[in-house]
Amino acid sequence: MVETADQLFVILQHWLVGHAPASLRSILSVLLPVIAILVVFGLLFAITTILERKGLGRIQNRYGPNRTGPFGVLQPIADAIKSLTKEDVVPQAADKIVHFLAPVVLVLAAFSIYAVMPVGRNMVLANLDAGVLYFFAVSSVMELTIFMAGWSSRNKYSLLGAMRAIAQMISYEVPLILASITVIMAAGSMSTVTIVEKQAGFTGILPHWFVFTPWGFAGFILFMIAATAESNRSPFDLPEGESEIIAGYYIEYSGFKFALFFLGEYLGMFAISGLGITLFLGGWSAPLSFLTWLPSYLWFFAKLLAMIVVFIWIRGTLPRMRTDQLMNFAWKFMLPMTLLNLVTAGVWRFLPGGLLRWLVCSFLVVVPYVLLGRGLMQGWKLEKRVYRFAE
Amino acid sequence: MLFTIFATITVAGAVAAMSLRNLVHSVLALTLAFAGLAVVYLQLGAQFIGLAQILVYVGAVAILIVFAILLTRDAEATPKFIVDRSWKSSGAVAIASFGVLAWAIHHSAASRHAVPPQPEATMQQIGNGLMMRFALPLEIIGLLLTAALIGAVTIAIHEKQETR
Repeated sequence: MVETADQLFVILQHWLVGHAPASLRSILSVLLPVIAILVVFGLLFAITTILERKGLGRIQNRYGPNRTGPFGVLQPIADAIKSLTKEDVVPQAADKIVHFLAPVVLVLAAFSIYAVMPVGRNMVLANLDAGVLYFFAVSSVMELTIFMAGWSSRNKYSLLGAMRAIAQMISYEVPLILASITVIMAAGSMSTVTIVEKQAGFTGILPHWFVFTPWGFAGFILFMIAATAESNRSPFDLPEGESEIIAGYYIEYSGFKFALFFLGEYLGMFAISGLGITLFLGGWSAPLSFLTWLPSYLWFFAKLLAMIVVFIWIRGTLPRMRTDQLMNFAWKFMLPMTLLNLVTAGVWRFLPGGLLRWLVCSFLVVVPYVLLGRGLMQGWKLEKRVYRFAE
Repeated sequence: MLFTIFATITVAGAVAAMSLRNLVHSVLALTLAFAGLAVVYLQLGAQFIGLAQILVYVGAVAILIVFAILLTRDAEATPKFIVDRSWKSSGAVAIASFGVLAWAIHHSAASRHAVPPQPEATMQQIGNGLMMRFALPLEIIGLLLTAALIGAVTIAIHEKQETR
């Protein structure tokens, strides 16, 4: 029973393919997972928009959308109809072809990332040998589409936003990849499925996730910081800073193309959260040994929703950074920390298991963090902020 | 069949990169050529090099060229299509060298051998090769690139001090 529930969608796919005519079978066995990915993550996008607006509203002491349907839960449908029926305005000076291609390529790239995402046991579209490399290769295409959007609009704000976005994404791609390499070293594979399988098993009731090791914990935190910057979310949302450059690279997009940009951005966020879950949080495996009877895909999406909630929480809590702070943080803090973390992962691999390994590796993580933090804070004058009007 | 499609896309991208007047359009066409080449690699079963091609060329080199164009000169300037003597002579040299290479490859002993069975190159083998047998060359390349990076930063810092 538990097994059937776990493999429900796999069985369903085999059943559907088995009942199709023989000539269609090979196409259908690829097409079905693709349709599933499009529908599930499209729906997740709709859920996240309402979740984010409600959550941010609560954090800012207001209600959020509450007019459409009970408690405003139908707001995503209203948003979709609105963006579909709106006029598609293209600036007269815009580069028409590139302006059109940018959102299309963005969404294409964002969806193709999910090909290597193991959302459950036996539930992955393509178990590539180089899955993690595929992930980073495809997500690097998204940077180019952002430039295409910003440049083709012929608007100085959009070009500024695009340049900011590219500079930020290139800077944070280095720590992002370096933080993931620790996991690749520990698992000895770049295949996302193998990485999840390496984290299976329990000690007592606790799982063998990579996040429960000193290097894994540091790596996960560093990965999530870089992921926030990579998906252009607050506090790293300079590329679309509303108060400075209006909306950044998609300022000249309206109607459905704007919705596509929105979709692409959220899909990027889900994808990078999914990669973080796969690398550090054990993918689809259960968090406690007595909870393994719940289907694997439920655990994956529960973790994904938890990550999304954390992203919303951070967005509602932290103020936007300045460009120099952003770059200093990336190159002076994130890069040395990820490099040292790489060494820590190597030490962890070759030391015999036991208390000594924990002590040495914790030391290797904590001491550089404290020293680096102290060093970078030198010359800062931290004092209580005085508000002139808001007190 | 698939190879023909992707080869056509690659060649079309390369031709467009050469002939388009707008520099940014040229970069985008060049990116298309890079991506087409990556797909050809993937089709040949070279997963690592295909994905690295996308990561490095589409993700980094194209962006680098874009930055170079936007930071150095007016991207909107559309130079006239010039056909002068240098263009003709360089075209002749290009065609001649292509002809010589094609002739040499076609008549070489290597092309007459039977196609060897495709070697299995998994990610593990590539990783082991890079980390064990070719560790020293890899380290040297890493050192060289780091030196280049530090050099670039030094030059940039120097320039900044002068302008003040």
